[in-house]
Amino acid sequence: MTIKSEPFVVNVGPQHPSTHGVFRLRLTLDGEKIIDADMVMGYLHRSMEKLAEERTYTQNIPFTDRTDYLAAMTGNLAYVMAVEKLMKIEVPERAQFLRTIMAELQRIASHSMAIGIFANDCGAWQTPVMHMFRDREKILDLFEMACGARLTLNYMRIGGVSRDIPDEWMPQAYKLLKELPKRFAEYEDLLLSNEIIVARSRGVGVLTPEQAIAHSVSGPMLRGSGVAWDVRKADPYAAYDKLDFEIAVGTNGDAYDRFVIRLAELRQSLHILEQALDMMPGGPVHERLGTATVQPGGQSIAPLALRPPVGEAYGRIESPRGELGYYIVSDGGPSPFRFHIRSPSFINLTPIKQMAIGTTVADAIVILGSVDIVVGEVDR
Amino acid sequence: MVILLKGEWYDLRDLANPVRELIDGIGLPDAVDYVLWSLIASVAILTWLVVSVIAFIWIERRVVALMQNRKGPNRVGPAGLLQPIADAIKLLLKEAITTRDADRMLFWLAPIIVFIPTIVVFAVVPFGESMVLANLNVGVLFLIAVAGIMTPAVFIAGWSSNNKYALLAAMRTIAMLISYEIVQVLALLSVVIFIGSMNLQTFVSWQDEYNTWLIFIMPLPLVAYLIAGAVEINRSPMDISEAESELAAGYHTEYGGIKFGFFYQAEYMAGFAIAAAVTTLFLGGWTLWGLEEWIPGWIIFLGKLYAVFFLYIWSRGTLPRLRIDQLMSFAWKFMLPLMLVNVLVIGAEVFIWEETGASRNIALPAIGAVNTTLAVILVVGWGRFLGHGSGRQRGYRATLTREIGKIYYTGAEAS
Repeated sequence: MTIKSEPFVVNVGPQHPSTHGVFRLRLTLDGEKIIDADMVMGYLHRSMEKLAEERTYTQNIPFTDRTDYLAAMTGNLAYVMAVEKLMKIEVPERAQFLRTIMAELQRIASHSMAIGIFANDCGAWQTPVMHMFRDREKILDLFEMACGARLTLNYMRIGGVSRDIPDEWMPQAYKLLKELPKRFAEYEDLLLSNEIIVARSRGVGVLTPEQAIAHSVSGPMLRGSGVAWDVRKADPYAAYDKLDFEIAVGTNGDAYDRFVIRLAELRQSLHILEQALDMMPGGPVHERLGTATVQPGGQSIAPLALRPPVGEAYGRIESPRGELGYYIVSDGGPSPFRFHIRSPSFINLTPIKQMAIGTTVADAIVILGSVDIVVGEVDR
Repeated sequence: MVILLKGEWYDLRDLANPVRELIDGIGLPDAVDYVLWSLIASVAILTWLVVSVIAFIWIERRVVALMQNRKGPNRVGPAGLLQPIADAIKLLLKEAITTRDADRMLFWLAPIIVFIPTIVVFAVVPFGESMVLANLNVGVLFLIAVAGIMTPAVFIAGWSSNNKYALLAAMRTIAMLISYEIVQVLALLSVVIFIGSMNLQTFVSWQDEYNTWLIFIMPLPLVAYLIAGAVEINRSPMDISEAESELAAGYHTEYGGIKFGFFYQAEYMAGFAIAAAVTTLFLGGWTLWGLEEWIPGWIIFLGKLYAVFFLYIWSRGTLPRLRIDQLMSFAWKFMLPLMLVNVLVIGAEVFIWEETGASRNIALPAIGAVNTTLAVILVVGWGRFLGHGSGRQRGYRATLTREIGKIYYTGAEAS
């Protein structure tokens, strides 16, 4: 006699504590073992790419905050870089350094969240993520001082940044730089060799370099698979060519490697910040563009209707999640003819199926946590 | 009054004595007397439990908040003290929804079945010298048997919800609880062999008489019992039957309102039951090296109980969760052999002690030293044999490089 059995389909999401938003993972299970995994996306689709075609180039900057809302600075940066490439604008050096500093602060903030949430996915009851919030809040304070916002920053402008940092910004930044190494040492001490985190994540969700390259993944996921690749080195932008830093790579391509790389990148970002703050030049923070005006107090306003020449440009940066690229086609009008985002979260998700099949439900959550998605960026 | 006249004023410390004197003084028939006495004691225990649970919900939230760099509930009442009461009112007023596809009868029954054994356990727990509701001769057996009722109840909850998360969690829970119950029973078996009784009050008087606690004589069963207890009450790192990040709320995903409240409260009460058992069996119960002459025994007992329960709060604030297969192999491959060896060793020690007739001043320290050394050797040695290094050896840092384009993948872990 055979017992009739059928696969057990479990929907992880769209409302689930571990999908970090409204993402849905459709798991087909045999007991606890995953025999098939499907991704269902689009719950947070806001049609940004189409909306951007209706708005001017400057009006599109706030959209870029809302794609990767944990790393708004890098979203801004990639977009303005693409437009600058299109318009062939040279950005003042002080603005370049400010952009670098903000991007690296954002990387620390974003990686902190990624590490904390990853520990949460491993089952820690909020403690790591709460400790990570402490650092992130301080960084958000710095952002607030610089641009008045904490989450959706809208700081970068085409041709520079929206305004110069206030005088009390630098001392506070230096104070934070002094504080953070102690915290990072604490996290490394508590998490790096944590028996349970090691047991949960080592050998889980292995992605070989061939698979990683075939799926076009980037960022800590690609480096976790042992491929030394970083846009900051490969195609230096802002002030990265003047700064000395190392990139972290893994050797096993598992969830633990991705986690370890993020921890190491915290230190590297700190190293970059130290140099950049020391080297910060004076001067304007915004290139004068056509009818641009500079208000008293240093706030500059880009003209509302920029008209880049006909052509196309692709601006790419290393966002905390990987290679973030904005592809813009101009027809000479005041708004882009085509606006496309190459979002690392979306592309890094594609090998989920390969990584998850054969593991258990608990592993799938850890794998998803190690990918570090932001659903706003997956669905745009 | 009667007590004062008898000159036993100090017996007021043991709250049971004055009550008993009062009831005896009325002059009722024995049967009525007995029922009345049991009722008063039951209500007292229940009241204490509910108050403790409410207090510990607040304490846990505040303590974990301290561990997590935040403030915790601090808005309702002074220092947020009324927060658990507000929560309780909210749970009571909420509609207790039963989902359409649920098995109504079982869905309704599960919270009750979970709730009752966690209270009943306290019948055999000695709070003081005469403060024990039922001084059973098989107290330890009663503890295990009643706690075991929770296992099917959790499965009933998971099954009747007709929810996939709940079912997965229920499957996990059954596998886990059965595995760890064996470990738990073996841990208690070694203790029972050593003391030679199953009466919980005997445990206390033994530890009082020999002027030591069993934690110093046999630490390994204590650790095993605490770990098995963590499984029973879903505390991290064994909280896979709830597994918030994986299975939403586990077996009680579909429960809301006061039905959820029952599960929530049962979890705390079961925690107190584990802590009470640990206190009585390993930490000397209501005695504190003669200090019980001055401080009421039940205060000593509750102090110890809360201290043990704090361990679970602490672990919840610090530890991530293990995977189901890791926990199962931990139970069967690691804890079970260790506990079997432990029972053997304790049995041999009891035998040798009886044969040689050594004085307790020599025998107890010797046994304690042997057991502690053996525990360390067994845990480390058996762990090494099974191929577990420490996390410190297995964790590593990322490789740093300035060159791009090279591939550092070795694939040591890919299998």
